[in-house]
Amino acid sequence: MATSSSSTLTAREQSLRVRLMPFIDRYGVLLVVLGMILIGYALEPKVFLSFLNVSNIMNQIAFNALLALGVFVVIITAGIDLSVGSILVLSMMSMALMAHPEKIPAWVPDNVRMALSSVLPAPWYVLIFVPPIIGVLCGMINGWGLTKLRLPHPFIMTLGTLNIFRGVSNLISGGVPISDLPDQVRWAGYEKIAITPDIDIPASMLVLIVTFGLMSLFLNHTRIGRHIYAIGGNPQAAKVSGINVDRTLVVVYALCGLLAGMAGLLLAGRTNSGFPNAGLGQELDAISAVIIGGASFFGGRGNVLGVFAGALVIGIMRNLLNLRDVPVFWQQILIGVIIILVVYFDVLRRKAGSGRES
Amino acid sequence: MNQTNSTVIAALEARGISKYFGAVTALEDVNLHVMPGEVLGVVGDNGAGKSTLMKVLSGLHSASKGQLFVGGQEVHFSGPRAARDRGIEMVYQDLALAGNLRIDENIFLGREQLRGGIFINHNANMRKAQEHLDKLKIHVKSVSQRVEELSGGQRQAVAIARATAFDAKVVIMDEPTAALAIKEVRKVLDLIKDLKNHGVSVILISHRMDDIFYVCDRVMALFRGRNFAEAPLTQTDRNEVIGWIMGNKNQTSETSKSHDLN
Repeated sequence: MATSSSSTLTAREQSLRVRLMPFIDRYGVLLVVLGMILIGYALEPKVFLSFLNVSNIMNQIAFNALLALGVFVVIITAGIDLSVGSILVLSMMSMALMAHPEKIPAWVPDNVRMALSSVLPAPWYVLIFVPPIIGVLCGMINGWGLTKLRLPHPFIMTLGTLNIFRGVSNLISGGVPISDLPDQVRWAGYEKIAITPDIDIPASMLVLIVTFGLMSLFLNHTRIGRHIYAIGGNPQAAKVSGINVDRTLVVVYALCGLLAGMAGLLLAGRTNSGFPNAGLGQELDAISAVIIGGASFFGGRGNVLGVFAGALVIGIMRNLLNLRDVPVFWQQILIGVIIILVVYFDVLRRKAGSGRES
Repeated sequence: MNQTNSTVIAALEARGISKYFGAVTALEDVNLHVMPGEVLGVVGDNGAGKSTLMKVLSGLHSASKGQLFVGGQEVHFSGPRAARDRGIEMVYQDLALAGNLRIDENIFLGREQLRGGIFINHNANMRKAQEHLDKLKIHVKSVSQRVEELSGGQRQAVAIARATAFDAKVVIMDEPTAALAIKEVRKVLDLIKDLKNHGVSVILISHRMDDIFYVCDRVMALFRGRNFAEAPLTQTDRNEVIGWIMGNKNQTSETSKSHDLN
């Protein structure tokens, strides 16, 4: 059913657009990153691109990038996960508590305390799996809740668990920071890997690259990955194609929880502690990175590279503003402005491009 | 409706189908059959039960009462997947395509070919999609286009290609031409004729008499959730069929309204 009866000129224009639009669609945010790097270099030629500063930026964006990656997978399905900051703190505090059983709060019954202290403190090779496992469990609760209870929108379920998970986290820890973790546990968030005697990269950067790579492979080249996009594009189509939408959604939220748990591990490593305010409001930074990275709230759109770029945009901007001694309040304002501008450009682009709806 | 005497077995047959939604009766004791390579038109007013019946046939709803037979064998569909595995495919009115995915991904959605058991073999899927589209004489710029970039007719064609990609025996189409530009309607109808020539049975729901009388071999009417009338196309005419939609078996009385419906 071809309708290619257009003249040669428009055909050429069309083919240019056909080739160019998906490129901008996919990689437009990379241009923004490139622009920011140029601005940064122009403003702070000595410091900005120095190895120390770059690895500093990477270290700072790492845990937000992981949170954002999880939220991204959820947003592909046209959902939302507001609880990632709370999952982060719960997974982090659970681990810290298992390393320091003496910090178990007074309300815990003595027999439970006795039983726990016979197996705790857990060795590092157990501790390191605690945040991801707690994360997956929290995510499964989200996924299970929103599919089984048939709540009208994931917003509701995860708004609930945002409160619940943070409450549980404060309850089990007594709301006080627990510091000092084994070095092996801190590795991912703290350690640097020497490549040459002069150059070392943060381990968190390695974790980021591997995680983002695996996620890209998962989303683009596995059945369930494509089904996640299909659910975002048209849940009805997914359903009649025999895709188990509910089960896929549970996987999606569990995956998001897993990444939030990993982010908790990284942050705990970096700060050498679990602290009750960790991840407070962080879900909004994660969502910002996803949206700046070109994903659509209506689902089905965006890619892993965009999320990384989105996290990078926020990270570079914070870094630049710090280097220029701009007060932190301005950072908030600027991030807000950038979110609105990026999405506005997206609206303009869609209007200009091929005239397709929404 | 006496398949038992016939030498040819119906590709799909429904006997005594009833469907209740709570206190609402959507279908009551409905019979339907379609022979291999036959195009059956199903007509009826809004709420007559056409779409519900098709959803029962395609496994999306389960019937409250009644039996389904595929090729003479009784079947129970647990879901659309089970129906598709039996060669019963549905092309939905709202198309049920994911606009953000490529054409080949839509055609093979839920049935992707894998490589090494884990990863989707995108190249093989794209090649097979292209071959299948060629077989149906459907032309698109590239199977790697996203479906949202296609025209309504092209989307309908992709939806039909998707329904026929895996040896479909019966393709059920719910108003396939309703949302199309006039010049695209003929292409879709010709595609239906093409399916028929390949031995595929088609059940076509349409309120457009032009469509019914262009492609169908037989037409049946539902009225208020029940079988109302049925005839080979050669033994009826537009006005009679329009009368059936209105719940009227006297063909002369409603002729004045016939043009409003098209």
